[in-house]
Amino acid sequence: MIGRYALRFGALGYLAVVLAAPVGYVFWRTFEHGFWPAWHAVTAPDALHALKVTLILAAIAVPANTVFGVLAALAIVRHRFPGSGVFNAVVDLPLALSPVVVGLALVLLYGRGGWLGGHHVVFALPGMALATIFVSLPFVVREVVPVLREIGTEQEQAAATLGASALQTFARITWPAIRWATAYGVVLTTARALGEFGAVSVVSGHLAGQTESLTLYVQDRYQAFDEVGAYASAVLLALIAVATLILMTTLKPKQETR
Amino acid sequence: MIEVRGIVKRFGDFTALDGVSVEVPAGSLTVLLGPSGSGKSTLLRVIAGLEQPDEGVICLAGQDVTKIPPQARGVGFVFQHYAAFKHLTVRENVAFGLKIRRRPRAEIRQRVTELLELVQLARLGDRYPAQLSGGQRQRMGLARALAVDPKVLLLDEPFGALDARVRKELRSWLRRLHDETHTTTVIVTHDQEEAMDVADRVVLMNGGRIEQEATPRELYDRPANEFVMSFVGPVNRLGDAFIRPHDVELLLEPNGSTQEAMVQRLVHLGFEVRVELMRDDGEVLSAQLTREQVEALELLPGQIVHVRPTRQTVFQ
Repeated sequence: MIGRYALRFGALGYLAVVLAAPVGYVFWRTFEHGFWPAWHAVTAPDALHALKVTLILAAIAVPANTVFGVLAALAIVRHRFPGSGVFNAVVDLPLALSPVVVGLALVLLYGRGGWLGGHHVVFALPGMALATIFVSLPFVVREVVPVLREIGTEQEQAAATLGASALQTFARITWPAIRWATAYGVVLTTARALGEFGAVSVVSGHLAGQTESLTLYVQDRYQAFDEVGAYASAVLLALIAVATLILMTTLKPKQETR
Repeated sequence: MIEVRGIVKRFGDFTALDGVSVEVPAGSLTVLLGPSGSGKSTLLRVIAGLEQPDEGVICLAGQDVTKIPPQARGVGFVFQHYAAFKHLTVRENVAFGLKIRRRPRAEIRQRVTELLELVQLARLGDRYPAQLSGGQRQRMGLARALAVDPKVLLLDEPFGALDARVRKELRSWLRRLHDETHTTTVIVTHDQEEAMDVADRVVLMNGGRIEQEATPRELYDRPANEFVMSFVGPVNRLGDAFIRPHDVELLLEPNGSTQEAMVQRLVHLGFEVRVELMRDDGEVLSAQLTREQVEALELLPGQIVHVRPTRQTVFQ
């Protein structure tokens, strides 16, 4: 009895200290002087531009990694090809690699004097998009692969014997089975794309009003001793991520959870 | 008619089918029988086009389909673990092949209703596969395969995942269904009793080869070799001779051609009794008797009896 309460208390206490306290503190500091200072902070021109940059990065990285993720998962699970084991491992690389290293690699590759240098990639939006795609790459793959493994190939073979082409089989049989895994992967990808700091920081050049994403803007405001601006932008980031999560939960029909 | 000529299929170092040739007559119900790993399922999947053979030719109704994908072969396939489309209702599962063929909606509705009547699932059309029993799911799988009017119907261990009672019901139902529809049907099973029960013809496979191809009765009465003899029923071996337990006679007195043995155990199987015996040289054999015979002999464990085979088979 005591053990069970201790376990609950421990788990909740851990969450409180690690998660709730910092987030709560940020919210509290944001609205310390009321709603309007926070509102003015996030509607400042540079803040709005940073928001726009972040949304553009997510709008590029999320669809790209969703399509890639589903195709890669199909390749890993359904087609044994030479080097598929290596491919499977390489997909996880962005999780293992420090984002700063990724940013640096992009700068060296595309920057002045790099192999592919001189195409307005580094210190511009394309570089930031590449960095965002890189760091948010594994999530859809990792969500879809186990589901594909679990459903097996029999349903797909049954569809084939009933006359369905490969595309029809995917659309009618495989996709319905993996769509919620894909959706969850999309939420994780979106969260990662919105929150990425290190890699984007290295390749962006921190040009306010040009190559500053919302996370970089938070740092910029904080270093400029504009605490309300920093906290308000951080809250905005958190709200976008939460909105994505809520959107998916409401879209998911009850029937699927049975 | 299905013609299989010289099919070889390898998986890496393992040869699953080692030059198999067989003909399945149109309108027949043929069973591919064999132990696991004998290649019977692989052969069925090669016929369906789900596996590509390394060598050999498959003809369906006189047409060479070896290079034709499963979509265009006109076969119905029923899977051991049902392969039900989990996100579709029973009706939608059965309608799948017709929808792919873009049949008019009214025709699909009518055909699906007929098929659900046929497989006795008419009242469960709006359920999802998860809400059905194993036997119901397999009947749905059969209706789904029949919906597209296949030239041949292929069933891979269709009753293997079901309990014994449902299995027996389903197979006699399937036999009646075949007698009505006369669709050329091939069933894969490892269960010799099931094969004997439903088949017009049995193709007995072992180690990627065909051991014998015959009617159930021929297979039992005139087995081609030792393997066939011991696979299709219990068998005693005395020297070079093979004897079925029901061909072993027990006498209380020796009569010259008998051998002595001791009763080890009596196993009551309802109407029949299996008598397990040990001869004085240590060889073990079993005899199958009716209950009346056992009572007349007053057999008890430990008793000495005299054994005489009434019928035996010797292979050269």
